[in-house]
Amino acid sequence: MNDLALAVRQIGYENRAFWRNPPAAFFTFVFPLLFMVIFNVLFGAEAAAFFTPAIIVFGVVTATYTNLAMTVTIARDDGILKRIRGTPLPGWAYLAGRIGHAVLIAFLLTVIVAAFGALVYAIDVPWSALPAALLVLAVSAAAFSALGLALSGFIPNSDAAPAVVNATVLPVLFISNVFIQMENAPAWLDTVSHLLPVRHFADAMMALYASGADASLPWTELGVIALWGVIGVVAALRFFSWEPRR
Amino acid sequence: MRAPETADPAPAAIEVRSLRKAYGEVEAVRGIDLRVARGEVFALLGPNGAGKTTTVEILEGHRQRSGGDASVLGHDPGRNERALRQRVGIVLQQTGVDGYLTVREVVQMVAGYYPHPRDTDEVLALTGLSDQANRRVRKLSGGQKRRVDLAVALAGDPELLFLDEPTTGFDPSARRQAWETVRGLAALGKTVFLTTHFMDEAQALADRLAIIADGRIVATGTPDELIGSGSAATRIRFRLPPSVEAPERFGAHRVASAWELETDTPTQSLHDLTAWSLETATELADLEVTRPSLEDVYLQLTAEEAAE
Repeated sequence: MNDLALAVRQIGYENRAFWRNPPAAFFTFVFPLLFMVIFNVLFGAEAAAFFTPAIIVFGVVTATYTNLAMTVTIARDDGILKRIRGTPLPGWAYLAGRIGHAVLIAFLLTVIVAAFGALVYAIDVPWSALPAALLVLAVSAAAFSALGLALSGFIPNSDAAPAVVNATVLPVLFISNVFIQMENAPAWLDTVSHLLPVRHFADAMMALYASGADASLPWTELGVIALWGVIGVVAALRFFSWEPRR
Repeated sequence: MRAPETADPAPAAIEVRSLRKAYGEVEAVRGIDLRVARGEVFALLGPNGAGKTTTVEILEGHRQRSGGDASVLGHDPGRNERALRQRVGIVLQQTGVDGYLTVREVVQMVAGYYPHPRDTDEVLALTGLSDQANRRVRKLSGGQKRRVDLAVALAGDPELLFLDEPTTGFDPSARRQAWETVRGLAALGKTVFLTTHFMDEAQALADRLAIIADGRIVATGTPDELIGSGSAATRIRFRLPPSVEAPERFGAHRVASAWELETDTPTQSLHDLTAWSLETATELADLEVTRPSLEDVYLQLTAEEAAE
């Protein structure tokens, strides 16, 4: 088997293991919908146009960044990564399997949230902007996966994983046009949020949802997200660890 | 690495010279030499903290050495080459597998990483897991999970197997079973490098062994050679009637209700003793002659090292 086939096969095993824990799988998909319902109840039905793309962003960030940082840290502590390191499987092929599965879940979540928005809140899926949306989703999923792997290198052990991961992701979601609209935010906070990747992902998805037929590629946003992806890859290469740290 | 300079024609599976490993100020391994022939079961025996795991993890490629030479199947383990990993199986002290996969799936998954894997059913039979093949790993007992570790290490049909304390935490019958499995591997012609702090395990399994204490090899040889080389002597033990003292020339001393003497010339000592017994019509009740066990040699050697 060549290495690429091994990586794809690894996605299959990750996927199989994922669905064998039905409560975990179920809440992975229901969690974002729950937020969507609550926000729409709190802010009224007119907010659905904002929250449909926003919750897609939330779902993708959670499925890639949060999920990978936590599960990879746990796998490292359990010695799963060290065992893989002693086999001929190239490290990148193993991680590609984990990332591939995370991206798969992110796309599935996107479809579910978009369908929920269309069916329940009549927020039409922006079909004409689909190619651009897929590109934004792909670049973002890759970038947030890389950042998640990089973060795992800074988490000392699996007990610390939830605290560290949430502390890095939740505040960013709050200042990035995902949970709360940033139109009344002070200028300095707006500037800070524009330095981070989630804001650009959210603004890009929002623009594509609102664009209709004249959808153009959001180059600036894509550029910032990709730059953060590169930072993630470099940091992961430098700090990622295959050995448990105790 | 360089070819062995000895006349021994058999190529070594593992060859180590002046191997050192320091963690900051602390030297865990202080210049050890080892040679393991192909097809041999070799045990690295030592107390906890002696440097066993550090040594084996350097040979596995999990750690970088601080100094010295190491060659594993002709490769430098420090380079972490795939060509080497394809020929080696590793059972670490603590490892995990994805608990939501079944035993068979895990073995099959790992087998796929190797160019010439062993048949999965064969691996399961060899490790006594045939009945658990379709159970999820997380549902298994601790001992069964340890066997999964071994099955995973065997999946690629390796030439050389590293077992780091393979039976720690096992109950006696599980240990015997694991020993049988290791003997089965030896019968298949595999080279096995195992670490253990159990003397009986080393004695039962190893063709040759090295005793490590405080980062140094203090003795090496076959179990019989080690027992013979030690200054630990043969022990003769007997009981005498309460009123009788053993003559001083035998050098015997009281141990509880019995007498004991140590000797390097057991035939002569026994001859003298039984001659005296016949002359004086004193029965040597419960007469017992015991060779020193590996445990005696081990405790003596590791105690000497600690005293220095």
